[in-house]
Amino acid sequence: MLPEGLRLTSERKPGIQSFRRLLGGLVAGETAFATHEEVGIGRGMNSTVTFAATELQTLIGALLRGGYHVIGPTLRDGAIVYDRLESINVLPGGWTDEQAPGHYHLKRREDGAFFGYTVGPQGWKTYLHPPEVRLWSAQREGQTFRILNNEARPNVPLAFLGVRACELAAIALQDRVLLGDKYRDRIYAERRDGALLIAVQCAQSASTCFCASMGTGPAASGGADAVLTELSGPGGHRFLARAGSSRGAELLMQLKVTPATESDVQQAEAAVDAAATAQTRRIDCTGLKEILYQNFEHPRWENVATRCLTCANCTMVCPTCFCTSVEDTSDVTGNHAERWRRWDSCFTQMFSYIHGGSIRTSAKARYRQWMTHKLAAWIDQFGSSGCVGCGRCITWCPVGIDITEEVRALRDGDTHGNS
Amino acid sequence: METLERIIAEHAFFAGLDSEFTNLMVGCASNVRFKKGDYIFREGDPADTFYLMRNGKVAVEIFAPQHEPIIVATLEEGEILGWSWLLPPYQWKHQARATEDVRAIALDGKCLRTKCEQNHDLGYEILKRFARIIEQRLEATRLQLIDVYAVR
Amino acid sequence: MLPHPYVVREVSKETPDTFTLRLEPEAGVNGSSFQPGQFSMLWVFGVGELPISISGNPSEHNQLVYTVRSVGQATNALVTQAVGGGIGVRGPFGTGWPVEKARGRDVIVIAGGIGLAPLRPVVYEVLQNRERYGRLVILYGARSPRDLLYRKELAAWARQRETQVLVTVDYGGMSWRGHVGVVTTLFKYARLKPSNSTAMVCGPEIMMRFVTRELESQGLDRNNLYLSMERNMKCGVGSCGHCQYGPHFICKDGPVFSYEQMRPLLEKYEL
Repeated sequence: MLPEGLRLTSERKPGIQSFRRLLGGLVAGETAFATHEEVGIGRGMNSTVTFAATELQTLIGALLRGGYHVIGPTLRDGAIVYDRLESINVLPGGWTDEQAPGHYHLKRREDGAFFGYTVGPQGWKTYLHPPEVRLWSAQREGQTFRILNNEARPNVPLAFLGVRACELAAIALQDRVLLGDKYRDRIYAERRDGALLIAVQCAQSASTCFCASMGTGPAASGGADAVLTELSGPGGHRFLARAGSSRGAELLMQLKVTPATESDVQQAEAAVDAAATAQTRRIDCTGLKEILYQNFEHPRWENVATRCLTCANCTMVCPTCFCTSVEDTSDVTGNHAERWRRWDSCFTQMFSYIHGGSIRTSAKARYRQWMTHKLAAWIDQFGSSGCVGCGRCITWCPVGIDITEEVRALRDGDTHGNS
Repeated sequence: METLERIIAEHAFFAGLDSEFTNLMVGCASNVRFKKGDYIFREGDPADTFYLMRNGKVAVEIFAPQHEPIIVATLEEGEILGWSWLLPPYQWKHQARATEDVRAIALDGKCLRTKCEQNHDLGYEILKRFARIIEQRLEATRLQLIDVYAVR
Repeated sequence: MLPHPYVVREVSKETPDTFTLRLEPEAGVNGSSFQPGQFSMLWVFGVGELPISISGNPSEHNQLVYTVRSVGQATNALVTQAVGGGIGVRGPFGTGWPVEKARGRDVIVIAGGIGLAPLRPVVYEVLQNRERYGRLVILYGARSPRDLLYRKELAAWARQRETQVLVTVDYGGMSWRGHVGVVTTLFKYARLKPSNSTAMVCGPEIMMRFVTRELESQGLDRNNLYLSMERNMKCGVGSCGHCQYGPHFICKDGPVFSYEQMRPLLEKYEL
């Protein structure tokens, strides 16, 4: 199925040893899950390489030969959308995005950077935690029935090209919910287990980004098989790259690479730092959990409720939101039944329905639930905040509700909206 | 008389009452009995008595033309039956039926009302205690009213 | 995870809208044991899946018993299953009543309406292991006499040694000889020793709020007082997000919680 070089492995193989010698100190480690550690991989010169931007096609080719479906950014419907690709020609070269509350617009860049945007409306959730999937089907047999275990299981591993730092963090958070808790979600695991993540660090920030204040970016930390930074200037259009796993190392081995120079590394670091500094929004997370738990009746909730349409856009674009619902169907004869799972949102009227009525009927209660869960309850449930600071909820809210502003207002005892 | 005094003095409802007041109460008290099925009072009757249950069970009911009376509360040993004697128009609002043989102490409401008017300290002590009973019954009634078991 | 196919062996009518189903695993399927207080996700072919508390005897293996009140399309489909029909069962899920913690103590079981169903396994556990526990006090309230569950069993339990059973209804007719009033009105008749009791409460949320408040005022410590909570559930395994109550997932952190955990949440409207 997969060439040996790209298979998940923990054995020390001769290939790894020689690659180690080449890069002086790169240590092969396990890959892919949230608990992955970058053993011995630093940002130092010895463990990073550069390759020409056109080599990206070789990288894609290597992945395709390895049997992966390559998913990466493409231009569609006036947005950056992660879709299957086979060529660097469909990457959004020379495009960037302009984002603000309730506003998303693509603009031309002056250069031809492939990854010169920040984040599109959707992260990688669409691929790992599918919007619609069948849980089981069953066939009637006399008075009873038989469950048919014939679910289409994905047998093609996915390679994600262009994973942002905030998205890496979001994937790690969804790993925690769907793999790392009491029960393991089979559907997520099937897609996540073989997935190969190639991060590309942001060299720019949108006005809606606040990953720096959430500690999730713009520099990519753990969880990626390889971390790239796109560079231009005197050295040419190129990528700085370091492996984050043995699979990533093996992948990079298939490209024409040269050891990174100190100036390459500094240029990359400077670009990422500049992206961080450029961020104007932030959430101060100090004591935020207590503030949210203790302000259940804060007047600000009434205020946001006058603006919130409960349209659920924020939950659809949020890369960590994981709620789902189920639907039973049967055919006309009534002999074949299926149970499907689909994305759901705590903003819907029926989300909290139990016999007789819903618990959270008001928009106030539903907005409060979403925000309190994301920024407070998540910490008690999963050990960290559920927000990665990607800013999508701000951009894609039709009325431009800004979660960073709502936090500030709650913190400051503010009662008036700033729309 | 001595037995009545002891019963009244030891009854939780009168706990903390001065012996002077207990004696006043005793002066208005008498032992009564009802047989199963007897009506202790009916809706509309003048309310001049309240009862300290010693034994048995009483059902407080409301009747309506089309069906049998609905029991809204049952009271047993140790409970106080009746507060309509306390406030004008001194008329029973419900009926009370003994569902088992009942032994109780009847306290003459008219007599007590007079004594309370003369001695406001006694009046306050009595009102405090009845206020608590009315509060408890109101709370319980509200819970019955909202029909917690219904599926709306 | 996929449902296991179970077969309906018995359906009995408890009240006009409530039925008890006894299920056995299909041939070749291993039955599962459960803790009192746990629930299963029951799937009706082509209709839907519901979280239903297990209401049977935990020591009777190879069968699962559920008491279901018909309140909507899915529950109605469940209770109208004919004997021999198939039901998909996932589980058991959730935390159980603290029967271990209650050893050596009086056990107070307080139920409202269908809330007696998830508590019945506790009664079985106590009565079958009598020497492990102190007194057993069962306080049970329902809307009216015809809404009472397990009437014969209630009478049988009342005859057990060191066991007190008190039943009340919100509305009684003339033929009702028992108590009338909400279940909190039974407290004065119950011989409770709050300092050495473990109380387990289940019923409509309003009822649980008032009962727990009353129990606490009678001296029961919040860590010896337990409730079974209910919220919308789609998966039963903590991944659909629907059953969240504050930071808790009712399906895996509950449904049984201590009053200590629940008290700050119960008072919050639209939590």
